[in-house]
Amino acid sequence: MLALAGCGGIQSATNPGGRGADAIYGLWSVFLVVCAVVWLLVMAALVWAMLRRRARHPMALAPELDSDPNTKRRLRRTVELATVATLVILLGLTGATYGVVSKIFPVHPRTDLTIELTGHRWWWEARYELPGTSASVVTANEIHLPVGADVTFVLRSDDVIHSLWVPNLDGKTDLIPGQTNTLTVRADRPATYRGQCAEFCGLQHAYMGLFVVAESPPKFDQWLETQRRPAPPPDNPDVRHGLDVFMANCASCHRVRGTGATATVGPDLTHVASRATIAAGRLPNTPGNLGGWVADAQQQKPGVLMPPMRLPPADLQSVLHYLGTLR
Amino acid sequence: MITFTEVSSLAVAVQLIVTIFKLRAPGMSLNRLPVFAWSQLVTSFMVVFAMPGVMIVSSALISDRLVTTHFFDTNAGGDALLFQHLFWFFGHPEVYIIFLPATGMVSMIVATFARRPIFGYPAVVTSLVATAFLAFGLWVHHMFVTGIAQLGASFFTAASMMVAIPSGVQIFCWIATLWEGRIVYRTPLLFCLGFIVVFVIGGLSGVMVASVPIDTQVHDTYFVVAHFHYVLIGGAVFPLFGGLYYWFPKITGRMLSERAGRWNFWLLFVGFNLTFFPMHWLGLAGMPRRVYTYPAGLGWGDANLLATIGAFLIGVSVLLFLVNVLMSLRQGETAPDNPWHAGTLEWATSSPPFVCNFPEIPIVPGPEPLWEERGERKLAYGLRGDVREVLVTHLVDATPDHRYTFPDPSIWPLLAALATTALFIGSIFTPWAIPIGAVPVAVTLIGWFWPKTPADEPEA
Ligand code: HEC
Ligand SMILES: [Cu+2]
Ligand SMILES: [Cu+2]
Repeated sequence: MLALAGCGGIQSATNPGGRGADAIYGLWSVFLVVCAVVWLLVMAALVWAMLRRRARHPMALAPELDSDPNTKRRLRRTVELATVATLVILLGLTGATYGVVSKIFPVHPRTDLTIELTGHRWWWEARYELPGTSASVVTANEIHLPVGADVTFVLRSDDVIHSLWVPNLDGKTDLIPGQTNTLTVRADRPATYRGQCAEFCGLQHAYMGLFVVAESPPKFDQWLETQRRPAPPPDNPDVRHGLDVFMANCASCHRVRGTGATATVGPDLTHVASRATIAAGRLPNTPGNLGGWVADAQQQKPGVLMPPMRLPPADLQSVLHYLGTLR
Repeated sequence: MITFTEVSSLAVAVQLIVTIFKLRAPGMSLNRLPVFAWSQLVTSFMVVFAMPGVMIVSSALISDRLVTTHFFDTNAGGDALLFQHLFWFFGHPEVYIIFLPATGMVSMIVATFARRPIFGYPAVVTSLVATAFLAFGLWVHHMFVTGIAQLGASFFTAASMMVAIPSGVQIFCWIATLWEGRIVYRTPLLFCLGFIVVFVIGGLSGVMVASVPIDTQVHDTYFVVAHFHYVLIGGAVFPLFGGLYYWFPKITGRMLSERAGRWNFWLLFVGFNLTFFPMHWLGLAGMPRRVYTYPAGLGWGDANLLATIGAFLIGVSVLLFLVNVLMSLRQGETAPDNPWHAGTLEWATSSPPFVCNFPEIPIVPGPEPLWEERGERKLAYGLRGDVREVLVTHLVDATPDHRYTFPDPSIWPLLAALATTALFIGSIFTPWAIPIGAVPVAVTLIGWFWPKTPADEPEA
């Protein structure tokens, strides 16, 4: 899923894969055809006007102050007709709009699954409510959802205004501090889409991406079950040393469930190794990238709110091994 | 600082309104007012009603920053969206404030180069006024994705669609004028024709973004960047270039080079479309605005490359214009009073005009006075030459009302302006600039408005 190259259309409104995006793409196609025809008609009128009395007229050509009353009347009728046609077309397009609005923004949307999505500079925190328990699953930057289910995002922001936009699934909705917005989407087929923050939110707005993995309900349940589990305890001395390094250097910002690291300044890392990318879609999750990121995140995402971690090489290796166990 | 520029634009707006209402030449009744003057009048009214919104919002923001108020601080109970509402209550009318004067220029230029008066003068003027009213009912269409209620959004969708009608009427009238006329192709007209081609695209993409569902996809993407460049560069910059080529001879007394002008136009037209047309597609293909970079592999590279090439063409075109201006100022052909044989009054005075515009005030016989007077010009006599006396006319039919003596030149307005400047610039750095800076402002204003003793007044 990471092979961005070649995956044309994984972040595109013209390749709909969900109910909202589908309806909007249909509406857009209607608008496109109508507008193209209108433009061609206006251009045809303009060209006709330019050709009608063509000649190399001198600038000093005496102005015509009056015109033939018959021509005048006809011309006037034409302009009036064009105006009425404009009105009719606009009313039609407004009606089509209202039709789609009532479809994609129902007054009482159905909800099968709720995901609380919180915007941070410059990453996404996703919290899944688990029905029947008070427990919840927290992850970052990679959202899984079951195909065919109505999934409601409860959108909040921790700092400034962000905007959730996964064009293949639906239009965007802002995440606004001090306010809660919701967006209900439904993915129609299994696929992985890329989304991106669409409201300028500071230095790394450009690299505030996310991935949405729409998968079959059984696969989704399996994923959720894995995400629920706390991190496994270290099973060898190297990894144990890695955990110690982590607790000393990283626990002030990151949480790993099952350890003493409970901070929420940065993304929850309990299952970081299961994610396909790191740093809000910035880098594929490979050992090399992870090492580079932990050593100096500023190189990859200048201005990011994770400081460069100057660890001795052995400690860095151990902490990377530890992160590798967080599947 | 924003408040500062708003204060000055308010002052200009009031001045324009008063001038257009009360200082017209006798005979220039409102139905003979040139469309460009109409557009300035309408725009000035919009400035008066729109600017306070942004003055409030920028003042509230600077108070948040300087004196820890909490208008927009959500942690302290403020409201982040309040900023957007106030800003766009100004910001949407603002785009028409930019656009309407440009349409006024187009109406003037089209009439001159079609060699006949504008078709549907009343419709064109009504469209200007209608646009101004509708412009104040649209601001929420910039906020369709902030979670506002759908009922409200639907209202703003309809209103935003309807604003296309007055613009459409103006375009139909220009095309009708050209259709009836015998067209003389010169650079100013080329820019107006280019404007029609480009602006109609911008207007139609505007209809698209007015639709809430479509807007939720294209909002804050390159599609919107394409849309507003089509309406603002297409709708305002093309006419502005046309206006510059048209009025340059009047302003400077020299003609701009026609050959350079054609290159200027075609480079701009091609460069503009190359830059901004691909952006429609980019937005739909998922590219958000305001990003300094994007990951390779999303397929946006080629369209961005085209846009960059187009941007260089625009750059060349604008450079060419600047060279044209500089060369023409030095060695351009000397401009006659009326190089385009146009019909409106500004072409009756010398190029460049006298400091007083007209040494003798002409009487206006119709909407295109120079075309209608056929050689004989009637003048209004009886103003004093030894003091700065002007003729004030009635608002509607511009019949002479009374003579009015302008005050003599005075240093106080300049000092008041400088004191205001100091206050506002200081307020960027410290809140104390406001109480302290208010003192010199008060002093200079008192100096300015100090009652003159009757001996100073010229005898009536
Ligand atoms: C000052 C707080 C802070 C400290 C200390 C810190 N991080 Fe981070 N970390 C962050 C933030 C904030 C992000 C999110 C950056 C972004 O994507 O914009 C992050 C992101 C990450 C990610 C990517 C997570 C993902 O799924 O995208 C990893 C992995 C990570 N940190 C590892 C570490 C390790 C290992 C350490 C200790 C050596 C560490 N961090 C120390 C704040 C911190
Ligand atoms: Cu963001
Ligand atoms: Cu952002």
